[in-house]
Amino acid sequence: MSVTEPISGNGSTTPVALTRKDFVSDQEVRWCPGCGDYSILAALQMMLPNINVPREDLVFISGIGCSSRFPYYMNTYGMHSIHGRAPAIATGVAVSRPDLHVWVIGGDGDMLSIGGNHLIHALRRNVNLKILMFNNRIYGLTKGQYSPTSEQGKITKSTPFGSIDHPFNPISVAIGAEASFVARTHDMDRKHMQEIFTRAHEHKGAAFVEVYQNCNVFNDGAFDAILRKDARPDMLIPLRHGEPIRWGAEGEHGVAVNQFGEPYVCRTVDVGVEHLLVHDEHRQDPTLAFALSRLSTGPSMPTPVGVFREIDRPIYEEELAGQLEESVKRAGPGDLATLISSGPTWTVA
Amino acid sequence: MAASDVDQGENVAVLDRVVIRFAGDSGDGMQLVGDRFTDLSASFGNDLATLPNYPAEIRAPAGTVAGVSSFQVHISDHDIVTPGDSPNVLVCMNPAALKANLADMTPGSTIIVNSDSFEERDLDKAKLDSNPLEDGSLDGFHLHQVPMTSLTKLATKKLDVKQRDAERSKNFFALGLICWMYTRPVGPMIEWIESQYAARPAIRDANLAAFRAGRNFGETAELFDHPYEVKPATLPPGKYRNIIGNLATAYGLLAASQQSGLPMVLASYPITPASDILHELSKHKNFGVKTVQAEDEIAAAAMAVGAAFTGQLAVTTTSGPGLDLKSEAIGLAVSLELPLVIVDVQRAGPSTGMPTKTEQADLLTAMYGRHGECPLPIVAAKSPSNCFDAAFEAARIALKYRTPVILLSDGYLANGAEPWLLPDLDELPDISVEFTTEMNASGPDGTPVFHPYKRDPETLARPWAIPGTPDLEHRIGGIEKHDGDGNISYQPENHERMVRLRQAKVDGIANDIPGVELDEDDGAELLVLGWGSTWGAIKAGVRRVRIGGQRVSRAHLTHLSPMPADLGEVLARYPKVLIPEMNTGQLALLIRGKYLVDARSYTIVSGIPFKAAAMESRILEEIAR
Repeated sequence: MSVTEPISGNGSTTPVALTRKDFVSDQEVRWCPGCGDYSILAALQMMLPNINVPREDLVFISGIGCSSRFPYYMNTYGMHSIHGRAPAIATGVAVSRPDLHVWVIGGDGDMLSIGGNHLIHALRRNVNLKILMFNNRIYGLTKGQYSPTSEQGKITKSTPFGSIDHPFNPISVAIGAEASFVARTHDMDRKHMQEIFTRAHEHKGAAFVEVYQNCNVFNDGAFDAILRKDARPDMLIPLRHGEPIRWGAEGEHGVAVNQFGEPYVCRTVDVGVEHLLVHDEHRQDPTLAFALSRLSTGPSMPTPVGVFREIDRPIYEEELAGQLEESVKRAGPGDLATLISSGPTWTVA
Repeated sequence: MAASDVDQGENVAVLDRVVIRFAGDSGDGMQLVGDRFTDLSASFGNDLATLPNYPAEIRAPAGTVAGVSSFQVHISDHDIVTPGDSPNVLVCMNPAALKANLADMTPGSTIIVNSDSFEERDLDKAKLDSNPLEDGSLDGFHLHQVPMTSLTKLATKKLDVKQRDAERSKNFFALGLICWMYTRPVGPMIEWIESQYAARPAIRDANLAAFRAGRNFGETAELFDHPYEVKPATLPPGKYRNIIGNLATAYGLLAASQQSGLPMVLASYPITPASDILHELSKHKNFGVKTVQAEDEIAAAAMAVGAAFTGQLAVTTTSGPGLDLKSEAIGLAVSLELPLVIVDVQRAGPSTGMPTKTEQADLLTAMYGRHGECPLPIVAAKSPSNCFDAAFEAARIALKYRTPVILLSDGYLANGAEPWLLPDLDELPDISVEFTTEMNASGPDGTPVFHPYKRDPETLARPWAIPGTPDLEHRIGGIEKHDGDGNISYQPENHERMVRLRQAKVDGIANDIPGVELDEDDGAELLVLGWGSTWGAIKAGVRRVRIGGQRVSRAHLTHLSPMPADLGEVLARYPKVLIPEMNTGQLALLIRGKYLVDARSYTIVSGIPFKAAAMESRILEEIAR
């Protein structure tokens, strides 16, 4: 089934109208019924036809875990790799072929535990990867051990007396690594997911998206306190660039900044709308974005969703390609015969 | 080299070969001096082999035995294959260097010491109770005491250079003296100093003055009867350069990139003694080489896997500890059946071991160091210059068979130097690959589809369809795949088939590699079988045995997986087989297991290569058995 047609003359291809169906592979989806992964998959398959990228130029790389089965269900190029290493493998793909659109899929265990190192380094290098981290705060595929985002005190198979690990805040980790795009969305809001995934695609550089995802088998309801339909108005803090941070049915909640420059949750009426913090995604300094990520220490408190940060930074693979071009300009294309006979040589007759 | 350049009068004794070792503190510049002497001798036309030996610490406490660094160079007028057993001349810059190296010297050989550095304080640092220059421990050696520090200071006195900097030039004094002793050409050395230190005129002038002073000292001091000459070797005709193994490996990979038409992506993490390959390739971006210094060894291997997926010549370089870390990603590449070259420059283990010392103890790790049935081809370089061919061969196999290949080098090859007959690059084979661009199978309803694991019937390689190719979108992964269509499969009979197919693919490469390298002696009952970097020492040992009138045959492996197709038949011809290795018997284990041959082991694990004399006696022992 061809979804592209060549433009005569230059051999390049242009996408014809693609639909969600074009991104559905022939493989049967095998997540547990009711898993949040289904809605994330659907959101992405619905969003991709809108971005005008030929299917063959999309590459999905995943690690290990439930969410990492994702590439099998996408009718694009894909690799289901090894635990934690997807950001590194994807870096290899992107460095080799900056023309491709590379997405990385993994869970909280995959990306923040065994693969934490690769995640932060991909972010600091600003490789043009779109990294979706499905956070369900549990190990699903290994049947229910606590994860690096599980709350302290959590009782699981490996923590019968409660977890004593302090959890990561994934958004804080990403901002701490100076990621150029950091956002959060959740599996209960397909429209919001599509909006954020589109923003991630449009961003030039590494994009980190935390997707709150319900594991209805091993950690059911982990986000209920904020994601229940009736809880959302009071518990989700929508971040919108250029607008005061304000939510609630009547806009009664807000975020202001105290005398130390720290944002805090307040009642709009107490400080006045004009004193609410106006969200600026493009601040070069990550400090305020980091502080916003600290407003909530877990999904039991009002939690920001949306884009925390989007800034321009040089893209790793473009810089590298630039060095190659520069090198050819300076020294000419490499000549191996000249290179190997450089330095002192002698001839035996 | 013009003969007049080395004219040092009539009273020159001619030697057919000489082994010189420069030894001093890590900060004394012994590696530099050794490198220079090697380059001079190479361009003079000698055959040569070198053995650098230095501590892992950048600057161990000065003057201690732990901080001793040495460089041995063997030059000759004939074909040689080892850096030599025992030095004919040992240059010692301090007592610690003397203490650390004296055991390698045979009586009658020459020892030249910097007598300025044998003060009480220096002896204390070397933990010597008495002064070896005075206590008779050097009786039987030709000892020459040369106050190198003070003569260097004197020679640089009139220059605008700080005393401390002047003193540091004493290595060039030693080099000048040895250059006089062995009638090395002066011109190239002076040119080198002038260009190397052009930006620092004070240091340049001090080094030049020290070098000249050392040379003049030899000529006038009458300490030495006469200089020696080692005439150029008669090597096969052609253009030569001096090369170390790591550089040859880097060049071999560049050649593979050119001959395959695939851009190279090298992802590596710094590790001794492999880092120089990363350094070298990082310089050559105009060859289209992309190098990434990864965040760790695992990432380096993983990035290379990603690069391979997109159709690049993917390479990662490392040493033992890194190979351990990469093993899961290498297993993934075995399962994905993607081409990848992993260079393991072996060093003494286990764990951190001795990073700057050599060993061949990663053979079984390369062979079996991954979980599951995880076969891959292994190529081992046999000499510094052979690293070029071995790297090219590793890439050829990887690309043709879509498999990770481990190239085994080691610390000795990595830093050891020898003359290299420059290859005619036009003669290198074309190793280009064809990416798949068309559907290759039919779906259940007869529509054309792409099956990523539909194999080439001859090579068993799977198609390489790279991202960006329309209509061939496909998913691969580490989960077992169904033969042909590549879909996830947990079927028992399919797994059985896939495990055996992966093995058969590697085994089949035996039909695509040369027979075992053989050097047979009519009537010999003993075959000495080696692999990798023991090639030179075994060859030298065998040569000695034959000169002594005994018969012995020699075989050498550069392909360890699969082994050459004729190896079993060769082994069967010999009642006795001896396998020398720098490990505790890893190849011997494989040979005994695979061919049911009663092979004996000769093993050392000292971090230092085999010596020809010891090899000779062990072979003689085995012949007599």
